[in-house]
Amino acid sequence: MSADNKCCCCGGGNQFAQLDEMLAKYQGVKGALIPVLQEAQNMHGYLPKEVIERIAEKLDIPVSQIYGVATFYSQFHLNPRGRNIIRVCQGTACHVRGAKAVLKAIEDNLKIAAGGTTPDLKFTLETVACIGACGLAPVLMVNDDTHGRLTPEAIPEILAKYA
Amino acid sequence: MDRVRSHVLICAGTGCTSSGAKKVESAFQEQLAQKGLAKEVKIVETGCHGFCEMGPLVIVYPEGVFYVRVQEDDVADIVETHLLKGRIVERLLYKEPLTHEKIPSYKDIGFYKKQQRLVLANCGHINPEVIEEYIAEGGYEALAKVLTTMTPQQVVAECKKSGLRGRGGGGFLTGLKWEFTMNAPGDKKYVVCNADEGDPGAFMDRSVLEGDPHRIIEGMAICGYAIGADEGYIYVRAEYPLAIKRLKIAIKQAEDMGLLGDNIFGSGFNFRLKIKEGAGAFVCGEETALLASIEGKRGMPRPRPPFPAISGLWGKPTNINNVETFANVPIIFTKGADWYASIGTERSKGTKVFALTGKINHTGLAEVPMGISMREIIFDIGGGIPDGKKFKAVQIGGPSGGCLPENLLDLPIDYDSLIQAGAMMGSGGLVVMDETTCMVDVAKFFLNFTQAESCGKCTPCREGTKRMLEILTRITDGEGREGDIELLESLAYNIKNTALCGLGQTAPNPVLSTLRYFRDEYEAHIHAKRCPAGACSKLAGFTITELCKGCSLCKKSCPVDAISGEVKALHVIDQAKCIKCGACIAKCPFKAIIKG
Repeated sequence: MSADNKCCCCGGGNQFAQLDEMLAKYQGVKGALIPVLQEAQNMHGYLPKEVIERIAEKLDIPVSQIYGVATFYSQFHLNPRGRNIIRVCQGTACHVRGAKAVLKAIEDNLKIAAGGTTPDLKFTLETVACIGACGLAPVLMVNDDTHGRLTPEAIPEILAKYA
Repeated sequence: MDRVRSHVLICAGTGCTSSGAKKVESAFQEQLAQKGLAKEVKIVETGCHGFCEMGPLVIVYPEGVFYVRVQEDDVADIVETHLLKGRIVERLLYKEPLTHEKIPSYKDIGFYKKQQRLVLANCGHINPEVIEEYIAEGGYEALAKVLTTMTPQQVVAECKKSGLRGRGGGGFLTGLKWEFTMNAPGDKKYVVCNADEGDPGAFMDRSVLEGDPHRIIEGMAICGYAIGADEGYIYVRAEYPLAIKRLKIAIKQAEDMGLLGDNIFGSGFNFRLKIKEGAGAFVCGEETALLASIEGKRGMPRPRPPFPAISGLWGKPTNINNVETFANVPIIFTKGADWYASIGTERSKGTKVFALTGKINHTGLAEVPMGISMREIIFDIGGGIPDGKKFKAVQIGGPSGGCLPENLLDLPIDYDSLIQAGAMMGSGGLVVMDETTCMVDVAKFFLNFTQAESCGKCTPCREGTKRMLEILTRITDGEGREGDIELLESLAYNIKNTALCGLGQTAPNPVLSTLRYFRDEYEAHIHAKRCPAGACSKLAGFTITELCKGCSLCKKSCPVDAISGEVKALHVIDQAKCIKCGACIAKCPFKAIIKG
């Protein structure tokens, strides 16, 4: 994390107003860290350094411990992400039905590798182990929409909907 | 109140929704309003029917006609022909793949005929967001019976008598687990539902959570009463947003009706439920890791004992079962343990839901009595292998399981027979593979998965799976060496015997079972540098056969100009230039190009 990774979405005044309001709700709640990080990430799109420090201060949890949790789970991100998150399933059922070719088609189309974000921050491309929609293999999710029975040829049309 | 003469059930599970069920639903609303039928015909959004291959699914009652792959444009026809004129829309009926016979009622379809749906009984038939529909199907009767007529000891005894074993993988006797937690000293205890369904290829828990969430709540409340817990957690993976939404609705409804909260049924029993969303870590399916995650820590397993039954969530006695296990509980108490134990085999009672995926005609969920053969599941229910290909293997039990070959297809499936055959029940994912699937590649796929998901706490799993993956990668790249098989085996046994948790201990299973049944494929890769299935692209050579008509489509598709030949004459691939991408095979209309 770099120090200039400032939160860009809160505007002037108390840039943590929304965050503080949420944190107040979790004061004294046992095992609150993961839901707190989930809500904070929903607000900011990722977990900037300042946000983690604020959570540490308010919940009285060491920054090191928060960093440990945030880096353990694949859901949390310490760097800015695209507006649309593409999750390409690489589960067993998708694997045997051609998920590799689908992933490659997206990588070629967006000119980024899995794990990357397009320079215009439109898309972040991730792989997941199983979405649980194996009946429609191969599948991918863009944000909360599931797209199934994919072929590499179907990719440009799907991406165009979100561009 | 308006009299409703017909019900249109539209599947709103994840599968059908992504195939366009929402559009179908709004088309129905529009069409029914237009024809003035909105008051006579009621639209019901249901959970998953399990036949995801054929989605979006629409059932019209009272006739019970089953329409498959319904699209927006088909809706006008169903409204006009079926709902107005009373005739079935033949073209939207399901066709048996072998006989091409059109079947109007879903009960007569091969996919459903051999199933015995207990856990999935309501899925696809009730609206999961309306508690009254669950109650109308006998829901919460079991809880009422337990709370008003039985002692906790009787509940545990009944659960033991039913022979129910954990459906999440290990197959531990559920009643015994409850007994341990019931007898554990402590005034505060917890019930936890493991809904962190992470095995790739398994989605039965998702379907139950989305299609019948109250069943889980009822099962957990019964367990809470039995072990003396007043609080429960459902740990759901974040990849299941619809399941989380439906659970939240269900919990709220149950609270409003007094089925959760204080003094339930006037019995003095208090029980509350909370949802915890996972944050993306496969290892959290392991019970001690799951508890660490609920506590807000890194989800890493710890050594057992102490077992969670003695020291679980925040150090208190905790009973953890998975979704399908809890979903079985209400059935045991409404129908009785003896009835339940009459289903299945001697040591595996009841039914099991399997998720059929991969190279199979009917992908979807099949609930069958324990002891049925794999052949019946794959060929009678699953409709066999598509495109006339040959069956090769079925992978069962996810990354902890194994691959079974054709000569074991008649094996009666239960917990113990699968372990003996080198696989395991796991969560019940069945991935079918045909002759074009390479078994070394499959083993590599699973190792890649477990290696990436290893939490890194213990060395055998962290380092061992990495080394195994390296060896498998070089074998599939055509750089396998003498002694690689033996090295894999020795690493596998070391990891099995020394890893800390279930994830590590079972990680080598996919390699060991493929070595046991498909050793010749490994040998072909290492010695002959050949992939018999033609799947490992670095080992595959492409050749054009006499079937070539000289259309030159392959030539145009080749990204490196490796194909030459005049129009209407046999084309040739320059092996030195070929990068084995497979683009030519995909384009050839005459199936003239072969790989291998």
